[in-house]
Parts: sequence; structure tokens; C-alpha cells
Amino acid sequence: MADTKPICLLIGALGGEGGGVLADWITEAATAEGYPVQRTSVPGVAQRTGATTYYIEILPAKRDELGGRQPVFALFPNPGTLDLVVATEVLEAGRAMERGFVTPDRTTLIGSTHRIYAIAEKSVPSDGRYDSDRIVAAARELAKRPILFDMNAFVLEHRVSLNAVLLGMIAGCGVLPFAPEIFGDAVRAAGKAVDQNLKGFELGLEAVRQPPQPAAASAKRRTAESSPLMARAHRDLPAAVHAIAAEALPRLTHFQNRAYAERWITRIADLAAAEQAAGLSPGEVSVAAAKQLAVWMSFEDIIRVADVKTRSTRRQYVMNEIGARAGQVIQITEFLKPGIPEWADLLPPGMGRRLRGWAERRGTAANIGLHIRSDTVFGFLLLFLLARLRWWRPRTLRFAEESADIDSWLAALRAAIARDSALAREIAELPRLRKGYGDTRTRGVGKYARLMADLVTPWLAGTPPADATARLQSLRRLAMADADDKKFESLIQQMRGEDSPARVKAAAE
Amino acid sequence: MAERSFKREVEALRLGDGETFHGEGILAVTKALLQSGVSYVGGYQGAPVSHMMDVLDDARPILDELGVHYEGNASEAAAAAMLGASINYPMRGAVTWKSTVGTNVASDALSNLASAGVVGGALIVLGEDYGDGASIIQERTHAFAMKSQMWLLDPRPNLPTIVRMVEKGFELSEASSTPVMLELRIRACHVYGSFPTRDNVSPAISRKKPLHDQVFNHDRIALPPSTYLQERLKIDVRLPAAVKFIRDNGLNERFDGELADLGIVLQGGMYNTVMRSLQQLGLADAFGASRIPLYVMNVTYPLVPDELTAFCAKKRAVLVVEEGQPDYLEQAIHAVLRRADLNTKLHGKDVLPMAGEYTGEVVLRGIARFAETVGHATAAFAETGKTIETLDRITGKAREILGAAIPARPPGFCVGCPERPVFSAMKLARKDLGEFHIASDIGCHTFSTLAPFNMGNTVLGYGLSLASSTAVGPNFDKRVVSVMGDGGFWHNGLTSGLAESVFNRNDGVLIVMDNGYTSATGAQYIPSSRAGDRHARVSIEDTMRGFGVKWVRTVRTYSIAKMIETLREAMTTRETGLKVIVAAGECMLAVQRRLKPLNRDKIARGERVVQPRFGVDDEVCTGDHSCIRLSGCPSLTIKPNPDPLRDDPVAHVDNNCVGCGVCGEVAHAAVLCPSFYKADIVHNPNAWDRLVAGVRRAVIGALQGLVAKPPAVAPGE
Repeated sequence: MADTKPICLLIGALGGEGGGVLADWITEAATAEGYPVQRTSVPGVAQRTGATTYYIEILPAKRDELGGRQPVFALFPNPGTLDLVVATEVLEAGRAMERGFVTPDRTTLIGSTHRIYAIAEKSVPSDGRYDSDRIVAAARELAKRPILFDMNAFVLEHRVSLNAVLLGMIAGCGVLPFAPEIFGDAVRAAGKAVDQNLKGFELGLEAVRQPPQPAAASAKRRTAESSPLMARAHRDLPAAVHAIAAEALPRLTHFQNRAYAERWITRIADLAAAEQAAGLSPGEVSVAAAKQLAVWMSFEDIIRVADVKTRSTRRQYVMNEIGARAGQVIQITEFLKPGIPEWADLLPPGMGRRLRGWAERRGTAANIGLHIRSDTVFGFLLLFLLARLRWWRPRTLRFAEESADIDSWLAALRAAIARDSALAREIAELPRLRKGYGDTRTRGVGKYARLMADLVTPWLAGTPPADATARLQSLRRLAMADADDKKFESLIQQMRGEDSPARVKAAAE
Repeated sequence: MAERSFKREVEALRLGDGETFHGEGILAVTKALLQSGVSYVGGYQGAPVSHMMDVLDDARPILDELGVHYEGNASEAAAAAMLGASINYPMRGAVTWKSTVGTNVASDALSNLASAGVVGGALIVLGEDYGDGASIIQERTHAFAMKSQMWLLDPRPNLPTIVRMVEKGFELSEASSTPVMLELRIRACHVYGSFPTRDNVSPAISRKKPLHDQVFNHDRIALPPSTYLQERLKIDVRLPAAVKFIRDNGLNERFDGELADLGIVLQGGMYNTVMRSLQQLGLADAFGASRIPLYVMNVTYPLVPDELTAFCAKKRAVLVVEEGQPDYLEQAIHAVLRRADLNTKLHGKDVLPMAGEYTGEVVLRGIARFAETVGHATAAFAETGKTIETLDRITGKAREILGAAIPARPPGFCVGCPERPVFSAMKLARKDLGEFHIASDIGCHTFSTLAPFNMGNTVLGYGLSLASSTAVGPNFDKRVVSVMGDGGFWHNGLTSGLAESVFNRNDGVLIVMDNGYTSATGAQYIPSSRAGDRHARVSIEDTMRGFGVKWVRTVRTYSIAKMIETLREAMTTRETGLKVIVAAGECMLAVQRRLKPLNRDKIARGERVVQPRFGVDDEVCTGDHSCIRLSGCPSLTIKPNPDPLRDDPVAHVDNNCVGCGVCGEVAHAAVLCPSFYKADIVHNPNAWDRLVAGVRRAVIGALQGLVAKPPAVAPGE
């Protein structure tokens, strides 16, 4: 008996996920069975949405067999001593491994692969997500027995709570010395939402025997209809671009019309020709450009926004998003706040510019906050009629400006393709900075314009510096990673000067 | 009801002789107090002992049966002053708070209490908020014990020992006429375990058996000449009495082991961590049998010199495991050994870190290093090296595969928190007001200093934000904003902040978060609480005016536009003197605790319930996430972009949304984007709802039928 070691169990959870209840159930079960058990936790401020842990130790020998001897339980998990680590979200599994709590000799790792993004990941202006595949890879390497799947999807599908499912998996994974039923009794004893939790518990028991396979389908929408223009796309565009065309053509036809979609083909065809002339492999630049151009050409003006919000598919989309069930009545209120700039965008260029200028002089955008009930006839009609202005769009200031910018971007691309394909590929990515609405868009477009005017144009007029691509890329990445305009400003100042590649690299980091 | 109810758990406080208690450390301490026959209890909430206040509050029926008085004190100072009852009367009393911050607040009363001395046992239960999960500056309570000559208990973190030390603590206090502090670290406060109980003791003096005669004794007044006498008593009488009691009752524990020429001296609170590390290094078993002798100090002040010398004599090396800095114990033990002319080699902060929490891993590595230093030719230490190497190899491998550090999850405002929009408003107001200095305070609102807001220049203590701005304001070309919670306002801000600013005619701006509770500590009630029973419902705005503040505006926090406008006015108005904005919005956790069950039942009963939810049109959202940077709501998150031609994830509102409306308000106030919509789900719609909805859908459907179909899309999921 001297070599009896406690079974060590660590639960990594997020505040308010019911990790405490889960820990309670386990301690209750152990106590009921007469096993010495200890549990502790570090709630504190972690309760407020932070990461928190619960730590449990159970001696695999019944109290009455110990002859009065008291086990000494630890309050901290020691790296290398854990038999079971439970993570309610994949980052928390990663955190446990980072701290050495998952070891090949003894640790069973039960973790959900779904994502609850940390603030540092989701506040990045572009894409700051942590690559959770790395965590899964680490788990396969470091855990004695990794049990990983998207438990969030699982509980949503079966309408049960995560901690009950986890209890079932803990009971079923065979690390703890008592029969699964005991845990069920603990749930009954706790007496809260018993039936619901027992259902989850049973599902968990099943899931640990036969972990559900992840649905392979990507989250991407695929355009189901094919465009009559595809024939021309196949004729005029390199094969590498065809997949994008299949998405772009229906989108642009719907955004404006067939002719507009054809203009996309023409524009990409020109780039493809330039590629060929420069002896580049087909699609080397045009693939990236085709993707960006399609997004750019279907820019977000009032007309498009109104169209999205009045489509026949919209109501169902909202129902799904908010988890409303058939038969329930839903009321939808749109939060719109168009200002003079947005209305000016809809006017003919001359008038629009004058209106905008007047507004800038008066230092007002005169934004009017609208709460439009798009589920009512009147509210819907308002948006519906705006969406019908499609025919007028080509005559608007916004259309004129976007087209002009697109043409100069394409010109720059063609020029770059002829001299430096890497630089061209980087230029092709620049439109990603033009996103958002209102102030956000103004700043994004501003940064794009600065890059084109201060770097790209002068470079292509003369000879681009050897590290042109690196410079442009570091600036684009900064703009995409950090909303702080001052940083961008100071970096672009350096990039304009004849910096040594070393300094550029330093600045980029 | 506070955030967590102990109504069920407190029944364990009724257990008697020969029964077994199962539960959390905090509850065990409360039980021990009742077993010790306390006459009065109180304190101020703060992690990790917030739950002790909740427990006492929920246990009031049981306390009443025994005649024990419970006081929810206004601050730690008030709680410490309450112990004055034990100066002249043989009443046992106990109070609790978060240390060291609470002890700082209490120290005026504590010094006077310690100087006067007590006839009734006075116990202070301290939640030592140190290390992982702590929310305060990292200091030790130990210094207070030394400077005021109070005794400090640091029991082994298992319930039987904790309970015994509570009971013995009262006896020690009475035997040495000195208040006693009992320190519990975070994990000890929350530790779940068991201990054999005894009957509760009804106090000799209580509300049921009240005193009749007052006692006057000038020796117990903190005023010369008594203060000189009291200082001598501390050293000549109380200290020796305490040392004798500690020795005679064996409060410190000694465990022998076969490696007799070595030893470990440790704080009681470190015991379990040390034992586990010894076990992992093959130097102990699971039942506390250690091969290295241990001297466990359940009392870390005062020391018992002859116990220490007896333990260290004939040992070539001793390791001191003392958490925190400075190394008071190690220094004191050095002095003890020197005076006894023992040259036992003393290790401690040389193999263990001087600062920071002594987690399992830290102690493991420390003991391994100790083994290296003293262990040459000690077969027992064969395993230690290997254990550490394996550990390094595995963590190294983990980091290598992970590639990048796992993103941290700092605490933040809850879903629907009424305080979030105040900072969204401030962030937006700064666009045209320019950047201004913000004096922050203690409370949930301190999260404004973290992502995504990163606002707040200083934090000086609970209720001290306004006071901390009084020298910044006059030296700034624009007004300074102080943020204070209602908890801090009643704790301290009322006098040190408000009264002072009015008195000095300071020209600042104060925002008081009127959410109705001390929310960060678990929603305990305060004078301005409107919910719950027995509450004064004092209006903060009236209080302000009562103090002579002319410019007071109460603004609903969720109305961001109104908040920005009010803030702009406060910052720019010609009116001098303090400008106060009462930011009103009840803690959303409390609201949801009330509403959720209510709505659930209504829906179940088939009644009509309208539930608001917010959402994002993922075809309209361009994935710039500026909404997230202005909110940080946990339910406002991101999802992979469903658009095959876009890569950046789009904003997404998950199912935890409570429909507080801040997303929409921010989108409006900041003119962000048209992606947000509010969707009200009408549960159990009535005939009229159905009719209207039906007509609307028919008309809308007809209109949609008139126009070309949008490109049919197949959702990926």
C-alpha cells in the first residue's frame, strides 16, 4: 500500500462553463464510494470570462482499507503527475501541454477541439486566430490517450450541457477506479436538471467508446448555380482561375449584370496575357488578383447592403443564426446609420463630390441612426427599393471611384508582372486593406492609397528596390495586424527612404 | 442573494459530535468558529474569502439560534475596529478579509487593537491573495504580524489542521492577550475535504446573554502613558506567553525521516506542495512519510527558537521553504542558529526563487536543486536528476510542436455587462476630446485596463481613484476622469474622494458605476443595492448632492450616444467643481440570475415572452473587427468567413448573447457598419402576432418573388 499514488485530475475550463459543477459531481462520486478525495480551484477574477482550472486528487484505495492513515493530497498539479486532463476548449488543452501537464507515460487527455477565441485573436483587424491544428498534433504526440473532437457541436446537436457530457467521458475513460453508474448517482444527488444531465452523461459514456468523427465539410458557402459565362471563362482564363470564376461570375452578375461579370473576365484575361508575355506560369499572379478583384468589384455600397438584407434567403439565415425554431415569430431590426458620404456615393460624381466637399467643410457627416424593422412591410419596402437601384449604380460616384482605383491597380499589376512577379503577387494582395464601412473604410482605403502613391507608383516608374516586396509586405501585414495608424505612419516613413533590408526587416517585426 | 448561494451547504454548520463534515475550506473555518463559541463575526468580501461572507450571510438563521452577531462591515477598517469588543470583554470574535489589501485598509485599527491587547480571543481570517488567480499587488501579510506583534498562523492546508488551528488560535489569543491572524492561500480557501465535527458552542456573552456592566481600564486605551506600557507588555509578557503556548500545545509539527543529517523547515501552507514534490522525487510516500525530516511551522510568527535549534542541531543542511519576499523567516532562522552557535548550512532562496508563488513545479525544482547541492553521494537522490530532465524534455517538446505561445485569456467584462458600454463611450469620446488621463479603481471596471480597451492610467486602491487624480488634474491642460465602482464608493471613495474633492473645489470628472453590488467579489449587497431584502437603497445621486456636488447626471450605461454626449459636456462645461456621472446599469449576472428562471417558467407555461438577440450578416461584414475592438463582449466573437473569396474571419454573435444591445449601439455611435441586426424571438406568439407576421411574410414574399433570384448558395456546414 505504501506505493499507492493518488489519481490526479486537472480540468481546464473558461469562467462560467460549469467546470465547478463538473468537479463537484466527481468529488461527490468519490466521497460516496468511500475513496479519499480532495478538490481545489482558482476562481478569483478568472470567473469573469478568463481561463480557470479545477484540480482533483483521488486515492484509489477505500478509506476503511487505510487503517486510519491519511493521504497527503496536493493543491497544485505537478507536471508529470497527471492521469487525466480535461479541456473544455482546445486552447486550454494547449495550455495544459505548454505547462507539462500532459505526459506520454500516464496522461489521458479529453479535449474539445472547438474554438472560443481569445480577445487577442479576435481583435486583430484581419486574421489573428491561433492554429489549433498544432494543439491537436501536440496532443497526439504527448498524451498517452488523446480523446479529441468538437464537443461543442456535439452538445448543440443533442441539446445537452458540456459538463454532463464530459462527466460521462471521465466516467467511461477508465482512469478513475469506480463504476460509471456511481457518477450518474452523483448527478441525481446534485438534483439539478437531472434528466437533462443524465442524458448528457450517457452520451458522454458512448462518445468515449466511439468518439464522433468530425464533419469534414468546410464552413465555406459554395455557389450552387453555374454561370452561362463559364464557357467564356474556360476559353479566356488560365485553368488555375476557373474555380474562382465559378464563384465570381454569378456574384458579379447578381451584383450588377452580365456585362459587369464579363468585365471581370476581360480584366483577368489581360493580366493572364501579361503573365504569358513575361514568361510566368499561368495564374502565378492572376489567381490572387482574380480573387481580390471579384471581392472588390462587388463593393459594399448601400445598394448591396440593402440587397443582402432583403433577399428571400435572409429570414431563414437569421432564424439559423439565433437558433429560432419554426413556428416562432421573429422581429428583425436593422442598425443602419448612413451619413452624407454614403448618400454622396449614390449621386453622380460631380454632385456627389460637391456634397461631400460641403459636408467636409462643415465638418459633419450628418449620420442618421436608423432602426429599420425589416420584417415589417414598410421597413422592408424601404430597403427593397434601395436594393432596386442597381441599374443606377454605374452612374454613381462610388462606382466611378472604385472603377478608377481598380484600373490603376490593374495597370500597376501589369507593370509589375513584367518586371518582378513577387512584387506583383504582393500588389495583388493590397486590396485586402480596403474593407469596412464609414471611418474604418476611410482609414483602410487611405492606407491602400498611401501604399500605391508613395511606394508602388514611384517604384514602377523607376526601378523597384531589391527588397520592394519585403517592404510592401511588411506594411500590408502591419496594416492588417494592427489598427493603430501611428505605427503604420512611422513604418511607411522608413520604407520610403533607402533603408537597408536589415532595417526593413527589423521594422517589419 | 449573492452570486453564489450556500443555503444548502450551510446546513453542514449544524453537524455535532462524532459527525463528519464534507465541504470547502471556507465553510470549514466557519464551522470551526461556531465550535469555538464566537460571540460575533464580520468582515469585508474579497477573493479568496468572499465566499466566507456569503456563507456567514446565508448562515444567519443558524447564527441567530446561537446568539452570534453577524455584521456585514463597510470596510476592513470597520471589521478590524469591531474586534475592539474583545479588548475589555471576554468575547471571542472573528473577522475576515482579503490580504494584503484588506489588511492595509484595516491596519489603523489593527495597530491600536494589537497595542491595547485583548481579553477575549480575536481571530482574523485572511485570504492570502498571492500567486495564480490573485487580483492584487503581490505582498505578504507577514510584515503586519511583525510590526504590530500579532501572531500569524499558516496551517497545513487540510481541513482537520485548519479547523484545529482556528480553535487553538482563539486559545493562543487569550493566553497571550494578542489578536491572532490565520492566513489561508487561495487554493486552501477553495479546498474541498472533510473533518470530524464537534457540537457548536453557544457563546457565554451574546445577544442572548448580553453584558450588563461596561469595563473601564486606561491600560487598554491607545494613548500615553498606556501606549508605553503596552509596548513593554508586548515584549515582556505577551510574546513569551505566546511562545510557551505554541510549544506546549505543539502547534508546530515535526516529522522525522531516515536522512537525519538533512531537514526542511517550511510554512504550514507549503506542506502539501512540498510533500508532493518529495513523493515525485522518490523521497516520500502518499501518506506523509518523508525520508527527509520536516519541521512544519503552522505558526510563522512568532518563531519558537528552541524548537528550531533542536531540529537543526546535528544536521549538515536545512532547506527553508518560505513563499514570498522578503525572506523574513530565512533571515530570522539564520539569527536563531547564529545565537545558538549552530553552523548548520541553511538553504532557501538560493535554490528557490525569492519572489513569486511556490507552485508544485517551482518547489519540485527547488528541492531537486537542494538535493544537488547537498546530495553528493546520497543514494536517495538518484532519481531527482532524471525526473527534472524528463520534465524539461516534455515541456520542450510541447513548446516545439505548438510553435507559438498559447494566447492568454485575461478576465474581462461579462456578456451584457453594463460597464462595458461606458468604456466604449469613453474610447469613442476620445476621438474628438483627445486622449485624457483616466484614474482607475478596484472592481470589475478595472478590466478596462486590459484588452480591448487598454484604458486607465493608474490604480491606487479601493475607492481611491478620485483621490489619486487630485494632483494630476491641476497639472493637466484638460480634465481628468476618475472611474469608481459603487463598491469602492461606499468603502472609501465617499470620504477620501468625494468629500475631499468638494472641500478642495477640485475640477474633475468622476464616473461612478452604479451596478447595485460589489460585483467583482460575487455580487454582495451595498448601501445603494436596490435588489434583495433588508437594504437601505441609498441613492448615489442624492448622496452626491448631499455632499454639495452641483453637476450630477445619471445616465443609463447602455445609451452610448447619451453617455458620449454627457462625457463631452462634463469635460468641456465652464462649470467648475466636481462633475459626477452616475453610470446606472444593474450587474447583468444578477439580472440574468433573476430573469432566466422567470422566463423559462413563463415559456413553459405557454406565456408570451419576447427575447432579444443580436446577430451579424456575414455577407455584409467585411471582417475588420472594429466592433470587437470597441466591445470585447465574450458573445461577440468571430467565425470562419463563409465567403469562398474572402479569408479573414467575420464577426459573429454566439448563443450567449443576452441582447443588451451594446453591439448595435456601438455600431451606431461609432458609425461602424450595417452588419448588425437585432432579432426578437417571440415565444408562444398570440393570435395577433401570428396574423401580423403572416401578412407581413406574404407581402414581403410576394415582393421578393418579383425580382431575380440571388445566386443560390449551399451553406458549407
